[in-house]
Amino acid sequence: MTTPREQMDALLGWLVETAARLSGPVCFMEVCGTHTVNACRSGVHSLMPENVRLVSGPGCPVCVTAQRYIDALIELGRREEVVLATYGDMIRVAGAGGSLELARSEGAEVRVVTSTLEAVEMARNEPARQVVFAAVGFETTAPATAAAVLAAQKLNLDNFTILPCHKLVIPAMRTLLADPEINIDGFLCPGHVSVIIGAEAYREVVEQYGKGCVIAGFEPLQIMDGVLHLAQQAAAGEPKLENLYPEVVSDEGNPRARALIEQVFVPGDAAWRALGVMKGSGLDLKPEYARFDAFRRFGISMGEDHDPPGCRCGEVITGRITPEQCGLFGSTCTPVYPIGPCMVSSEGSCQAWFKYRRNEMKRKNGPAGHCEVPT
Amino acid sequence: MTRSTEATPSSQAGEPVVNPRKGKIVLAHGGGGQLTDELIAEVIRPRLDNPILSELDDSAVLPAEAGRLAFTTDSYVVQPLEFPGGDIGRLAVCGTVNDLAVCGADPRHISLGLILEEGLEIDLLKRVLDSAAAAAKEAGVQIVTGDTKVVGRGQADGMYINTAGLGMIRKNVKLGLDRIQPGDAVIVSGQIADHGLAVMLQREEQTGIASTLKSDVAPLNRMIGALFDRVAESVVFMRDATRGGLAGVLSDLAERSGHHLTVDEAMIPIRQETRYAAEMLGLDPLDVANEGKVVVVVRPEAAEPALEALRKDRWGTEAATIGYFECERDGLCELITEVGGRRIIQKPYGEELPRIC
Repeated sequence: MTTPREQMDALLGWLVETAARLSGPVCFMEVCGTHTVNACRSGVHSLMPENVRLVSGPGCPVCVTAQRYIDALIELGRREEVVLATYGDMIRVAGAGGSLELARSEGAEVRVVTSTLEAVEMARNEPARQVVFAAVGFETTAPATAAAVLAAQKLNLDNFTILPCHKLVIPAMRTLLADPEINIDGFLCPGHVSVIIGAEAYREVVEQYGKGCVIAGFEPLQIMDGVLHLAQQAAAGEPKLENLYPEVVSDEGNPRARALIEQVFVPGDAAWRALGVMKGSGLDLKPEYARFDAFRRFGISMGEDHDPPGCRCGEVITGRITPEQCGLFGSTCTPVYPIGPCMVSSEGSCQAWFKYRRNEMKRKNGPAGHCEVPT
Repeated sequence: MTRSTEATPSSQAGEPVVNPRKGKIVLAHGGGGQLTDELIAEVIRPRLDNPILSELDDSAVLPAEAGRLAFTTDSYVVQPLEFPGGDIGRLAVCGTVNDLAVCGADPRHISLGLILEEGLEIDLLKRVLDSAAAAAKEAGVQIVTGDTKVVGRGQADGMYINTAGLGMIRKNVKLGLDRIQPGDAVIVSGQIADHGLAVMLQREEQTGIASTLKSDVAPLNRMIGALFDRVAESVVFMRDATRGGLAGVLSDLAERSGHHLTVDEAMIPIRQETRYAAEMLGLDPLDVANEGKVVVVVRPEAAEPALEALRKDRWGTEAATIGYFECERDGLCELITEVGGRRIIQKPYGEELPRIC
């Protein structure tokens, strides 16, 4: 049996050989935050040949959540009757007036849940409170939100709402490709979103924009294999759609999960952090479920974004810069005192770079002094 | 502060506060009167008894010796109170004993302060005290003084324990981060991350995750004593890898010594089951708490004899050398990952696993 290290060495050997055949440097995007984090954590980035660069993409739900959405959540959290139910990652993201963590310390009832149905259960058990679920995430989490809305309807709950903020992956990729400043040679496509939307969803990216799309799992060896396939496509000049995760991702995705989304939501415009409002890139509740919309129930709307000065998260999640090129990175913005959402989220590029890649940055600044090891 | 503070039942009109026959802790158990005496005489003292404690004075009176003392304190707020492999009583004794042992002390005496919540089952308290007593016996320490307070329902999660511990510093031991040199080896005394994950999985039980993982909570003073007996002069530094896990200790060693530390992931002992559990919960096992693991920095030539000494103890059979300090003075701890990549080991932020100890 070969060890993971031996398997990685074999893949790396092929990648180095392929990279030598490339006509110039190439840049592939990790669409999903989980790919970024796992590549950082396993040190896959540190193994890349010099002419193969991996950049982060817009696939971390926390990182792309607009500040105005956080502000709306906090506004709701301040109401006496409201219990905010949220996935844990959102707790520390700053809006204009602080984070949910801060709001909680000031008395807001903010509860971390790991499933949407937990929030429904809360509403059922506490009829005197208004439970608002912060519905964030891509196609991966949207079916669970839809299921919660349907459950709340079935139970006829009038104290459960969602504050919708779901995003769609393909429109985001389309926006990136339409930007002449962004130069991406191929996409490492996320396993879990693809489980829902299916491999064929990326076909248009390959056919209309001529960019390779490789769907890969999240293990270090699977990530490396994905990069190898993208490099091979680039070397051959033949962008393709390849699914390296067929045991989990089918061509058509998960029809049941998609049906849930389609039953409850319609595509609508959504505000993305740093990318602005993108047409058809989000999910709105259908009119027949409007009573579960917290914006409507509480008569609130989203204001303006006031992103923190100097924060370049928007450029990070579009692959324009790497985190350490931001002036705040590692100095005023750290995982303990984060300024931008990419440093807050455990799936965020900045946090992953700070946690796992500062060794490379120090090396870039020249080697430290040498000494003799006394043995 | 949460917005709604539940009123304690005892403060509500007309409610009886004392009903010892129910087998539950009531506020009067902490009032210093008859019920307190009864609790001490019937529940606490029979379990923890020793000549010093049985004096029941306001202070324990201890014999003094020439030399240096180590003195430590810790509080325990773990939820749930009983978990696979241990409970809050064993945890409190072991945690205190280990804090003394890693400073080069032979633990001798500890105190046990109990903060009980009204309504706590007295049978549970008995089990916790039995377990604390057993751990003290295992470690060879005496619980010499204590205190019991009761707070209203909703003001504590069943029970909290505060301890203090006293130990005598061994004569030939000199530990300090400033002694770390390039070339020094880093040893971990066994398989990591079992405590935090066992507690987490116990909490997740209702979600249907079945597991046979057990906390590693154990008193390590005998194992550490054997290590000192073998290679005392060559042991440079020691820390138990509790909250913050192995990552917390390793990153701290690098940062505070100023040296670069390179650790090989493939050498870190971990159970396959633990690894799966961490993956399932989305945690890095390096960040997860242990309650029976120590990280030892030794001179390179002492690494093998140190491992031999550790492995002879029941709590150290899986001890392994996992890394070495390097010449570079960047204060970073770098991990060579299982697949051969390199990345930093960063001190965890600290909220991934609340209330695990």
